[in-house]
Amino acid sequence: MLQSVLDAHHIPAPHAAASERRGMTGFGFYLYLLSDCVLFATLFAAFAVLHRSVADGPTGQQLFDLRNAFIETACLLTSSVTCGMAMLACDRRDTRAAFGALAVTFLLGLVFLSMELKEFARMVSEGAGPSRSAFLSAFFTLVGTHGMHVTAGLVWLGVIVVQLRRKGFSEGVVRRMFCFSLFWHVIDVVWIAVFSFVYLIGSAS
Amino acid sequence: MLGKLTWAAIPFDQPIIMVTCVVLLIGIAFVLGLLTWLGRWRWLWVEWLTTVDHKRVGIMYVLLAVVMLLRGFSDAIMMRAQQALAAGGGAGFLPPEHYDQVFSAHGTIMIFFMAMPFVVGLMNFVVPLQIGARDVAFPVMNALSFWLTAAGALLINVSLGVGEFARTGWLVYPPLSELAYSPGVGVDYYLWALQISGLGTLLSGINLVTTIMRCRAPGMKLEHMPIFTWTALAANMLIVAAFPVLTATFAMLLLDRYADMHFFTNELGGSPMMFINLIWMWGHPEVYILVIPAFGVFSEVIATFSGKPLFGYRSMVIATMAITVLAFTTWLHHFFTMGSGANVNAFFGITTMIISIPTGVKIFNWLFTMYGGRVRYTSQVLWTLGFMITFTIGGMTGVLMSIPPVDFVLHNSLFLIAHFHNVIIGGVVFACMAAFTYWFPKAFGFTLDERLGKMVFWCWFIGFYLAFMPLYALGFLGMTRRMNHFDNPVWTPYLYVAMAGAVLIMIGIVLQVVQLVVSIRTRQLRRDLTGDPWQGRTLEWSTVSPPPAYNFAVLPVVEGIDAHWAARRSGVPVQVGPIEDIEMPKRSALGFVLAFLSVTGGFSMVWHIYWLGLASLLAAVAFWIQQSWSEDDETTLRARDLAAFEEVARLRTVRA
Repeated sequence: MLQSVLDAHHIPAPHAAASERRGMTGFGFYLYLLSDCVLFATLFAAFAVLHRSVADGPTGQQLFDLRNAFIETACLLTSSVTCGMAMLACDRRDTRAAFGALAVTFLLGLVFLSMELKEFARMVSEGAGPSRSAFLSAFFTLVGTHGMHVTAGLVWLGVIVVQLRRKGFSEGVVRRMFCFSLFWHVIDVVWIAVFSFVYLIGSAS
Repeated sequence: MLGKLTWAAIPFDQPIIMVTCVVLLIGIAFVLGLLTWLGRWRWLWVEWLTTVDHKRVGIMYVLLAVVMLLRGFSDAIMMRAQQALAAGGGAGFLPPEHYDQVFSAHGTIMIFFMAMPFVVGLMNFVVPLQIGARDVAFPVMNALSFWLTAAGALLINVSLGVGEFARTGWLVYPPLSELAYSPGVGVDYYLWALQISGLGTLLSGINLVTTIMRCRAPGMKLEHMPIFTWTALAANMLIVAAFPVLTATFAMLLLDRYADMHFFTNELGGSPMMFINLIWMWGHPEVYILVIPAFGVFSEVIATFSGKPLFGYRSMVIATMAITVLAFTTWLHHFFTMGSGANVNAFFGITTMIISIPTGVKIFNWLFTMYGGRVRYTSQVLWTLGFMITFTIGGMTGVLMSIPPVDFVLHNSLFLIAHFHNVIIGGVVFACMAAFTYWFPKAFGFTLDERLGKMVFWCWFIGFYLAFMPLYALGFLGMTRRMNHFDNPVWTPYLYVAMAGAVLIMIGIVLQVVQLVVSIRTRQLRRDLTGDPWQGRTLEWSTVSPPPAYNFAVLPVVEGIDAHWAARRSGVPVQVGPIEDIEMPKRSALGFVLAFLSVTGGFSMVWHIYWLGLASLLAAVAFWIQQSWSEDDETTLRARDLAAFEEVARLRTVRA
């Protein structure tokens, strides 16, 4: 009886411990990403409440440059693809391909970030900074929080690249790459929501 | 260089604060001196400050909570004394600006730094033992969670001596908490301290959900989990879902105050009412984050001391999960008077009434568990009975206020104050007390003095009714909350009674300390050598007290609910099979160092010392990256050593 229970829930052998730990880390990281989505949901809610509170200042229709936002979207979506390719290379333990894909991911993220910062700088110089109206406070906070996530992702990616170079595909590096790819894809999903709700709908109405 | 920080920040002209600070500094110097004199610094660092053992982390959480209980209670008794004195033209002893800080500090500290650490500490200590695990899923992150909570507590208490506390109530409602009306540092202390400790709570929630879902002993299905573990799962899922809302909301208020934004201001389109909505979208689930584990504690206690399985296990689980979901649908009942319209108010009134149904189910389950059982009336059972009576009354006054027209009369009156103390003291605090005496022998290996324990209960129980029943009456008489002084002589006798109740509770707290001291001095007589002093039902009682670092030498095999009880009845132990090598996490300084940097960072941001704030952030990131370099974070306990240790433990039990 007891033996059958033991067999049914077979206790992992030492070599299975690494993959079990990665599974557990992945589970915990998913929970973190869910909580991050709630954080963004709160900021989206604030934006939804405040997006008409322009206080006689500029509206989204006057401020947003859809072409810019479209290129940003293209950069980020492509970087998600290259991030996926890096993970495939990681599964094959192909160092060269992994470096290449991670480098492209990094560059695309950097392009996205610099375009966003340029747009922010333009808006502030036109007198449409975050303290101009409640609408602009909500806009800068929502989009800026996303941008901070991208920044953190780039720092993380930099650390992963250095660690990959020094240590190869060690257990810890593989685990970190897995979590990073989840993080990067979720940031991408959040951006799609930002693009749709803030830029597309914001320019239309 | 030092931002807004000058000598003027220290309130030298306020004797009450200055005397408290001097006493505190002497106390801290005494503890540090004692550590040096005894040569225990290394011991402190190795065994506690860098530990990642879930049991020690849990004990430190509870210790923090007990210290904060003393702080929060001293605020409470000052308020009671002030209102008893400041009647009929008297000014009392607290000037209005100080009184405002005292009531804000009382609520903030009691909820965020007393109730939360106590409940999180209990879950940390108990859950891995109950599910037959060796530790939580992420032990280093667990230590980080605790140290971030402690960092928040430290930061907010620094405001006592350097600067001021917020004067805006425990949830810092704007526009009062905006820069225009609260230019001081009180609100900033509050926001930074709660951001830091809130991050700790979120990480702890992620950790415990992962632990419960992924680290259960072989054979333990979800429907075999002890009820306390179920309630811990519910509470931690609520933490993961609700705390980001708090973080985002406080971030917006911080941006209003630091970056001149307009989320909640009166000008340029800001909406103060959005803050009230957002904060209660976190705040109402928070109530259940505290009280659902309390329900779990009472379920364990009542089943153990009735000598019966819990009545209606399945309905208890369903009720818990129903409350978890419904917790997100009732937030608006905290502000019916905002004017959202009759239909919206009716919706939230009805959801509020609905959420009381699963809670009622639980009360009946506990009653039927006792029915026909051999109930041992220990102090833990007294707390449980006191809870069932008190919480039912508190629940009824809550349902009364869920009717919007009634709420319009009672909103922000002392009736409301009486109601939520009725459920939080009667529910959460009584549960913490019961849990403290129930699991104390598991943590330290000896039981607490029962006679004093019962005296503590009666002081709290009677003291509670004396302190808060008059407040219900005062609410009906029209007294609002947060009054510094008043001129209606009719209220005064009620406030004297309330003061007497607070004094009785204070005697209870003193007796609690006496109980601890007496029990430690007589610990040789009250050793728990069996590991199971109460004839418990769940797995934590099947290992020795206190459990070794690895909890179980052999992972227990579970075939049903109440695994320990079933094993005792059948005579087949839960731990079978050969002892094998165990991988245990190494101790880590990550949590302590990051928390230290968050204190320096938070303090600098409060005082606008931006260079130090940035330096703290960069140092934290650098340290974190540096720590990630080493993958050698586990150590192996050899089977041979384990077997020797287990043999010693077994011999000790046999001798008993």
